[in-house]
Amino acid sequence: MAADVPSYQSAATTHPLPASTDLTSAFTLKGVRQVKGGITVIDDIELAIPHGAIIALVGPSGAGKTSLLRLLNRLDDPVSGEILYRAQPITHYPVQVLRRKVGFVFQKPVMFPGTVRDNLQVALALGAAQDQDADTRMVEAMALAELDRALCDREGDRLSGGQQQRVNIARALMTSPDVLLMDEPTSALDLETADKLMETTHRLSREQHLTVVMVTHRLAEARRTSDMTIVLERGRVVASGSTVDVFEHTTTPRIRAFLDTEK
Amino acid sequence: MLPFVDSSATASRSIIEVSWFDLGLAFGLILVAIGISRWQELGLAQRFLIGALRTVVQLMLIGYVLVYLFALNRWYLVVAALFVMLLVATQAAVNRQPGASLRLWMITGAALLVASGLTLLYISTLVVRVAPWYNPQYMIPLFGMIVGSAMNAAAIAAERLHSEVRARQAEIEAYLALGATYQQASQDPVRHALRAALIPTVNGLMVLGIVTLPGMMTGQMLAGASPLIAIRYQIVVAFMQAAAVAMATAIVTLWYRRTFFTSALQLKLQTSVAA
Repeated sequence: MAADVPSYQSAATTHPLPASTDLTSAFTLKGVRQVKGGITVIDDIELAIPHGAIIALVGPSGAGKTSLLRLLNRLDDPVSGEILYRAQPITHYPVQVLRRKVGFVFQKPVMFPGTVRDNLQVALALGAAQDQDADTRMVEAMALAELDRALCDREGDRLSGGQQQRVNIARALMTSPDVLLMDEPTSALDLETADKLMETTHRLSREQHLTVVMVTHRLAEARRTSDMTIVLERGRVVASGSTVDVFEHTTTPRIRAFLDTEK
Repeated sequence: MLPFVDSSATASRSIIEVSWFDLGLAFGLILVAIGISRWQELGLAQRFLIGALRTVVQLMLIGYVLVYLFALNRWYLVVAALFVMLLVATQAAVNRQPGASLRLWMITGAALLVASGLTLLYISTLVVRVAPWYNPQYMIPLFGMIVGSAMNAAAIAAERLHSEVRARQAEIEAYLALGATYQQASQDPVRHALRAALIPTVNGLMVLGIVTLPGMMTGQMLAGASPLIAIRYQIVVAFMQAAAVAMATAIVTLWYRRTFFTSALQLKLQTSVAA
């Protein structure tokens, strides 16, 4: 899966990750570029994101982490290049179907009006796929997100930040996704709450075979939780591979310095 | 059906004519507004003056145009006049919108055309039964009142929708990320925009005749019509304005919201989230 020699890679020249035809890839990016407000935020990225793993996207602010994440469930489309999801161009899937399979958890939790129950069950109501019992699914999703069931009739805006983020995760799980994209899900939380949320994420990925792609600015979190780490800098992949390799064996001084910032 | 104002019944009360000299005296009133603006240093004195002069010039011009239209009494001239009114109303509604674009102009124009056109058709054929169908004495003032209300409501609806979508960007994207359609994702902003645009009309209906005596009714009474006739016309006007406002806001809001989304259900806004 990962590079044997994780070090500085100009992603455009070498990409040691599996080729697009490899069915173990959840996502494959080929020459992906994204421009926002006239600025190139994603610059010619080649990448394969393996299935069933936790992938951490790290890098200094403005490196394009969020911009990259938003491409994966088509909240944005790139200006050029191709993104494959399970070996099919992402644009071949009906966008609503894709988004139910590729959930998104935003940096700042978004609470819809109403109770926790309202917040969760809306995910099923939107899809009109009422083949399963909404209450059963809600209880399952709350359990997976380790959310106290007693909260389900509480008004959403009266929860703590950590609880709100768990509601957002549970809501994303309501549609039984294969992939969960998380944009700095712990940035608004205290360290202890953040650690617990990461434990939940880790367990979820393992037990549900969920692919998690997670943007984080907490390097310790990436190191502890993820299987694979991708380091972005100015819209380019400057290092990628197994988390252990990236953190232990990266030698390029600039990237080494970045990876050591939290030690 | 409404009886036309019977001229024989009202002729006994003649109108007191306002002379040019009297108008000059009325101008003294605008000096009160200018004086207050000067006194409080609002920087509005000059605009009050320009506004007052424009009022005089615009109304004089329209007075002559109407005399001309009434005298010629040609259907195509009446239709052309209604069309010009529609264009001016569209321009006024879109003019100061934060999201003004050719697209919004088209949407607003179409909304005003459909809403005001259908309302006028209903009123002129079923309620007032204007004869001949293009009688400018009825068609022009009726259309003016309809399109005027629809214009204000359409402007409020578009402005409110634009600001709601901006303010609720995160919520809308959260809905989209769950696989929502653009209709589902923008349901709350649309409701807020519709309510904001319709509430003045609802409130207006509540206090009509208690707090406000509308201009049309006042005008008819000044012209010598019986208050009982005047109120019937006012009731018709209030209802037709409600219908036109509701139709125009619904069309503008439901159509305009589509423009905030791409075909791949992505929210299109100038300010994008940071990288």
